[in-house]
Amino acid sequence: MESSQTTDEKKAHIEAVELDPNFKFEISKESGGENITSCFQCGTCVAVCPVAAKNPEYDPRKIIWMALLGLRDEVLSSKAIWLCSTCYSCYVRCPQNVKITSVMSAIQNIASREGHVHPSYEAGLEMLKKTGRTVELSEFENQKREKLNCPPIEENALATIKILDETGILKKKEKNKKKGEEG
Amino acid sequence: MKVAYFLGCNVALRTYEYDAAVRRIAEKFGIELMDSKDFVCCGYPAAPQDHSTFLALAAQNLVAAEEMGVDYIVSVCNSCTATLSKVNKLLKENEKEREHINKILKNSIGKEFKGTLEVRHFLRFIYEEVGLDEIKKAITNKLNPVRVAPHYGCHYLKPPEVFDFFEDPIVPHTADDLMALTGVVPVKYENMKQCCGGAILAVDEDTSISMVREKLIHVHEAQADVLAVHCPFCNVMYGEYQKDPRIDIDFKVPVIFTPQILGLALGFDAKQLGMKKKVAKLFLEPQEAPESKSEEVGAHG
Ligand code: SF4
Ligand code: SF4
Repeated sequence: MESSQTTDEKKAHIEAVELDPNFKFEISKESGGENITSCFQCGTCVAVCPVAAKNPEYDPRKIIWMALLGLRDEVLSSKAIWLCSTCYSCYVRCPQNVKITSVMSAIQNIASREGHVHPSYEAGLEMLKKTGRTVELSEFENQKREKLNCPPIEENALATIKILDETGILKKKEKNKKKGEEG
Repeated sequence: MKVAYFLGCNVALRTYEYDAAVRRIAEKFGIELMDSKDFVCCGYPAAPQDHSTFLALAAQNLVAAEEMGVDYIVSVCNSCTATLSKVNKLLKENEKEREHINKILKNSIGKEFKGTLEVRHFLRFIYEEVGLDEIKKAITNKLNPVRVAPHYGCHYLKPPEVFDFFEDPIVPHTADDLMALTGVVPVKYENMKQCCGGAILAVDEDTSISMVREKLIHVHEAQADVLAVHCPFCNVMYGEYQKDPRIDIDFKVPVIFTPQILGLALGFDAKQLGMKKKVAKLFLEPQEAPESKSEEVGAHG
């Protein structure tokens, strides 16, 4: 019945050549990703996941399954990997101690290196570089604090800037952006 | 006792009333909270992007606290506490990571992580270091039997190993125990440990909002008068986002900080604790009819 397939159904087929059998090992070498290969697909994680309960696009079990299968590009470029709220509900319930929350973070790290980082996280680091904090400081906050008998807050981004420069995270991003624009 | 006091971004610049309540309680028990201008963002926002950057950003704060010569760094944000605890534990236990991060710290700010202190959430700190008996003795104002729904927050409980399993992540009790000393009634409600959704607010606002909505409904169904949190993120989600038009509920749930309740019982007034008078009255003044629920949203000013 091949001919009666819709384009979507055809797309759902996975060509073996698209699979990267090393992807799971790549993840398990990443900090936090060590236990990914222990997953036996029981589905406990998705059953307890508060995000999956509200957004059917998010299914942690499926992300692990796709990663184990080697669907590298699909996983790294999906929006779903940014939907984990790091609540650790799955982490404390998984019978295989996969530590999904950490695995998700490991996958996000690889995705970030390849220029797939979600824009909200990028904005967060830019803000850190400016102020050392994720929230901007103005006169207003310190006036409020004084009224409540709390000492003033000073801006102090110097050490943060030096650390970000040393790890090179912002420079790596620039490079990725350029690569993305060219290609 | 002197401890380093780590505010993080949101307590320092958004939920000052939480900061105020914590400072008042600490003064009462002779805990000296030491601020430092070297305390900045905990590093949590870097975690999804680059593990080394995440560790190094967190470590700069730990190092600053180590230099203060204290045994504890006390934080009031659940996420900051989890981040600092996780990184502190990892760098203490994993020599390879410690060497790697110390190289980054040495090259950037000329400092080194030594691993000389412990990280605590303020609530855990007073629970363990002051203790329920001493806190009870210090209570001067017996509060009304207000029905309080506690929200612990994910990063207060989990991952449990970074908190030395001090709390039961499935059936937590420390906030209930502390509040019960004051005369209020901690209530159980459905799906009590449901996440506030704060971490994905910027990624998928609709999902976060529907998580908030469900929590508020469960709290209301349990006939709680207020929701008590001990994390600035949870506070913003349940307090601020309660006003979002997508949350189509016909009731209001005042959101307050657990230390504000303790503060009232320890004799501080609404102003000292940054509480709205109307909400403080619920706890302090004789109540007329049991139906008279507060119409106020967000107990902070
Ligand atoms: S709960 Fe653990 S073992 Fe089960 S599907 Fe999820 S990750 Fe795999
Ligand atoms: S940690 Fe992430 S994947 Fe796990 S239950 Fe929470 S939101 Fe879902």
